Amino acid sequence: MQTYYSDLLVIGAGLAGERVAVEAAQDGFDVICLSIVPARRSHSSAAQGGMQAALGNCAKGEGDNVDVHFGDTVRGSDWGCDQEVARLFADAAPIEMRRLAHWGVPWNRVVPGKSFYFKGGEKFEKEEKEEKRGLITARSFGGTAKWRTCYTSDGTGHAVMCTMDNRCAELGINVFDRKEAISLIHDGDVCTGAVVRCLRTGELEVYLSKATAICTGGFGRIYKATTNAVICDGGGHIIAHDTGVVPIGNPEAIQFHPTGIVPTDILVTEGCRGDGGTLLDVNEERFMNIYEPEKAELASRDVVSRWMTHHMRQGKGVKSAYGEHLWLDIRHLGDKHISTKLREVDEICHHFLNVDPRKQLIPVRPTQHYTMAGVRTDKDGAVYGLKGLFSAGEAACWDMHGFNRLGGNSLAETVVAGGIIGRKISEFLQGYETDFKTSLVSDAVRKQQDRMEKLASGAKGKENVYKVREELQNALMDGCFVFRNDAGLKSCIDTLQGTLEKARKVGLVSSGAGANHEMAAALKIEGQVKLGLCIAKGALERTESRGSHNREDYTARNDKEWLNRTLAYWREGADMPELQYEDATPCYEIPPGDRGYGGGSIIEADKAGIEAKTIKK
Amino acid sequence: MSRQLEFDIFRYNPQEKGSVPHMQTFVLDETENMTLFIALNRLREEQDPGLIFDFCCRAGICGACAMVINGRPGLACQTKTIDLPERITLLPLPVFKLIGDLSVDTGVWFREMYQSTESWVHTTKVFDANAIEERMENEVAEQIYELERCIECGCCVSACGTARLRDDFLGAAALNRVARFVVDPRDQRTDRDYFEIIGNDEGIFGCMGLLGCEDVCPKGLPLQNQLGFLRRKMGITAIKEIFRK
Ligand SMILES: Cc1cc2nc3c(=O)[nH]c(=O)nc-3n(C[C@H](O)[C@H](O)[C@H](O)COP(=O)(O)OP(=O)(O)OC[C@H]3O[C@@H](n4cnc5c(N)ncnc54)[C@H](O)[C@@H]3O)c2cc1C
Ligand code: SF4
Ligand code: SF4
Ligand code: FES
Repeated sequence: MQTYYSDLLVIGAGLAGERVAVEAAQDGFDVICLSIVPARRSHSSAAQGGMQAALGNCAKGEGDNVDVHFGDTVRGSDWGCDQEVARLFADAAPIEMRRLAHWGVPWNRVVPGKSFYFKGGEKFEKEEKEEKRGLITARSFGGTAKWRTCYTSDGTGHAVMCTMDNRCAELGINVFDRKEAISLIHDGDVCTGAVVRCLRTGELEVYLSKATAICTGGFGRIYKATTNAVICDGGGHIIAHDTGVVPIGNPEAIQFHPTGIVPTDILVTEGCRGDGGTLLDVNEERFMNIYEPEKAELASRDVVSRWMTHHMRQGKGVKSAYGEHLWLDIRHLGDKHISTKLREVDEICHHFLNVDPRKQLIPVRPTQHYTMAGVRTDKDGAVYGLKGLFSAGEAACWDMHGFNRLGGNSLAETVVAGGIIGRKISEFLQGYETDFKTSLVSDAVRKQQDRMEKLASGAKGKENVYKVREELQNALMDGCFVFRNDAGLKSCIDTLQGTLEKARKVGLVSSGAGANHEMAAALKIEGQVKLGLCIAKGALERTESRGSHNREDYTARNDKEWLNRTLAYWREGADMPELQYEDATPCYEIPPGDRGYGGGSIIEADKAGIEAKTIKK
Repeated sequence: MSRQLEFDIFRYNPQEKGSVPHMQTFVLDETENMTLFIALNRLREEQDPGLIFDFCCRAGICGACAMVINGRPGLACQTKTIDLPERITLLPLPVFKLIGDLSVDTGVWFREMYQSTESWVHTTKVFDANAIEERMENEVAEQIYELERCIECGCCVSACGTARLRDDFLGAAALNRVARFVVDPRDQRTDRDYFEIIGNDEGIFGCMGLLGCEDVCPKGLPLQNQLGFLRRKMGITAIKEIFRK
C-alpha cells in the first residue's frame, strides 16, 4: 500500500483547492493536492463570465466600494448568508484580484475613450477616463449595483486556473491527478487524512496529513439536468457527511439557470436575454410577457426558471428524445450582433446542436447550476464536527451566498476564501502535532477494500448503478427542482427511500478492474442518494420561499421563523437525515429587508431580536 | 433520421488479467443532436460498463476527451455523430501513455512540460497588498490571453511527426506556452533564458514545420505563427551566442 505524508492534504485542485494549497506552501508547509482530473480541467476553468471585486476602475463601476459589494451580496443571499463572512469576502476581493494580476492573470484593462454597450437590446454610450488607463476593468452582471465583474475575454475561469496552477508548479506543490478520495481517516474527533482510489490503476492509497481540506466543488450531477462537469458529483461532501459528525449546510439551497441547452445542458449565457432574446413555447409563442408583464425574459434567474417550468407543466413544452424543453430565440438580433457580441453562443450552437442561431431556434430548459449547499464550516473554514478538517469553495457552506449566490461571486469566492482559509490552516498547523494511529488507518483501508470487493462480486445485490443514479436524478428533477411543494417533496422522499435501498444493493456488471468508471460510480451512489434526501427533507421542513428555495404552498419569505440555516447530519445506520438549525448570521450590518427584485412578500422577524444583533456604526 | 451507428473502439485494459489490445464493435441508434459524449456514455451505461474513456466539462473547454476520431485527433464531446459516417472508429491518442481503452495520461505529460518550460511568471517584484495594480495595456492582456487559450488536450502533440519519433520533443503546446511568457511584460526572463529552455532539437529546432499541430487544434490557436516567431527569435539568439564565444 502506497502511503503519503503531508502537513496539508487538499482534496480537490480547482481554484479553491489550489489557492488554499498555495497559501500554506508559501508558509513553508508541505502540501499535497488531489484531483480526479488534471487540475486545469477542474470545473473552475469553465467559468466564462468573471469574478466580482469592487475595484471601481471602469466608468460604470465608479463609486463602487467594498460596502456596496457587501450589500449586494447580502441582498442577493436573501438574508440567508453569514454577514461576518460576506464582509470578510467583500473586503478581501480587490486585493485578491490584484494578487492574481501579479501572479500572471491577463485581466482585461481599462481603455480610455468612448464606447458603446447594450442593455435590454438598447444601445448606450460610456466614456472611460484617461487616468484609469491600464487598470483592471469590469463588466456588468446580474444583481449588482455597479459594473464589478473582472474578466479576461470569454475565459476568466480558464485564465485564472492556469495562473493558479502555474503558481503551484512554481512552489513545487505536489498536485496528483486521477486520484479520488473515497473516505476520510478519522476517529470521530480528529481527521488525519484520506483513503484514495488511484484512477490509473484502481489501487487504494493512503494519504496521512495533519490538516485536510475539502475543495471538491459542487454536486450538480445528482440532478439529471445540470451545467456542471461530470466530475461535480459530490465526492467530497459524501466522505465528510459519511463520518456522521459533519453536517451539510442548507442542503435545500440549490441554484437553477434558465438556459441550459438540450440535450447536454451546456450553459448559454444570460446575455442572450439581456440583449433582447426571447423565450418561445411549442407553438413558437412568447410566454414570459404573460407571466411577468414588466420584466418578461429579463426577470431574475430563479423567476424565469420558475415560469418556464410552470409553462411546460401546462403542456406547452416541446417534446424531444431528451425530455421536454422550450426555445430561445435570438434570430432577430441579426448576424452582426450574434457573430460579435454572442460569439460563444454561436459556437456552442454550432458545435453541440448543429443550429445556426441566426435562422434557427435554440432548445433550452432550466438546469441545475450551483450548490449553495455544502460542507458546513465556521468563518475560518474549519468544518463543524472534526478537528483538522477544513473546506473552501463551492464544496463548502462558508456561507456568503445564503439562499442565492450572485453571478461572479463564486469564482471570486474560490480565491478569496482560499486565501483566507489557507492562512487559517497555516495558523492551525503552526506547532500542531497529531498521532497517526496505524489501527485507524488499516481499519479505514480494510473497510474500503471490503466495499470494493463486495461491489465487484455482487455480494450485496445486483442493482445497476446507472439505473439507480437515474432514479435519483429523476426524483430530484420532479420533486426538488425549481418549484417545491408539500406533496411533491413527500413523494420525492418516498421514492428516494426506495432508491436508497437499491443503492445499498448495487453490484457491478463489469470486473471493476483498473481505471473502471462503474466502480467509481458505485462507490459514491449511496452517498449521493443521501445528499438527495437531505435536499428533499430540508426543503420539506422549510415552509417558506427564500432565494432559490421556492415553495408554491408557502410563497412568503418568513423571517419570523426561518431566518436560519439548516444543518443536515446523517447518523450511522440511519435512513433519514437529522435536521438541526442555527441562526443565519451572528450579527447584522444590514437588517433583513426587501431585495428589490424577485417579488414575494415577507413575514417580518421580531424587531427587538434583530435590533439586538445589529452592529451600530 | 435514426441511423444505426457502428462504433469500432480500441479496447485494452492493462490492469485486467488477460486483456489484449483489440478492436471491438458496438451498435447504437443515433438520436437527434447526438455527440460522441452522449454516444459513449450510452455505450458504457447500456452495453459495457467496463469501457474506459474520459470526459469532464463535456462542453469543449477542458480538453479531457481528446481521441482519434476516424483517423483525426479531436474532442469527442464537441463531435456530432451527424457529421460522421455510420461507421465510426475511435482510438486513443498516440504519444501519451495509455491508461485503458480510449483514456490516455495527458496530466503527467503536461505537468512535466510546466517544469521544463518553467511555466510561470518569473519576476523579482514582491506583491504589495496595499498598492493598486500595475498598469497594463489592454491589447497586451488580450495578446497574452490568446496564447493562454490552450486547453492541454494533447491533439497537437499526437498529430506531430517529430513528437512521435522522439519522446523528448517539447511539442507545439509547450512552445506555445513559452511564447505566452515571452510576450508577457511581467516576466523578466531574457531571450537567452528562453534559449536555454527551447534553443535545441528537443525544442524549436526539432520542429519540421509541417503544420500537423495547427490543423488539429480544437481551439484554433495560431501555433504556426508562434513557432515561426520563436524560431526567428531563437535563431537570432543562437547567432548572438556564437559571436559571444
Ligand atoms: C457553466 C458554469 C459557468 C460558471 N460561470 C461562473 C462565472 O462566470 N462566475 C462565477 O463567479 N462563477 C461561475 N460559475 C461557478 C464557479 O465556476 C464554481 O462555483 C467554481 O469554479 C467552483 O470552484 P471550486 O474550486 O470550488 O471547485 P472546482 O473547480 O469544481 O474543483 C473541484 C476539484 O475537486 C476535485 N475533486 C472532486 N471530487 C474529488 C474527490 N472525491 N477526490 C479528489 N478530488 C476531487 C476535482 O477534480 C476538481 O479538481 C460557473 C459554473 C458553471 C457550471
Ligand atoms: S509544425 Fe512542428 S510542432 Fe507542429 S506538428 Fe509539425 S513538427 Fe510538430
Ligand atoms: S495547442 Fe491546441 S491542440 Fe495543442 S494542447 Fe493546446 S488546445 Fe490542444
Ligand atoms: S469533455 Fe471537456 S473538452 Fe470534451
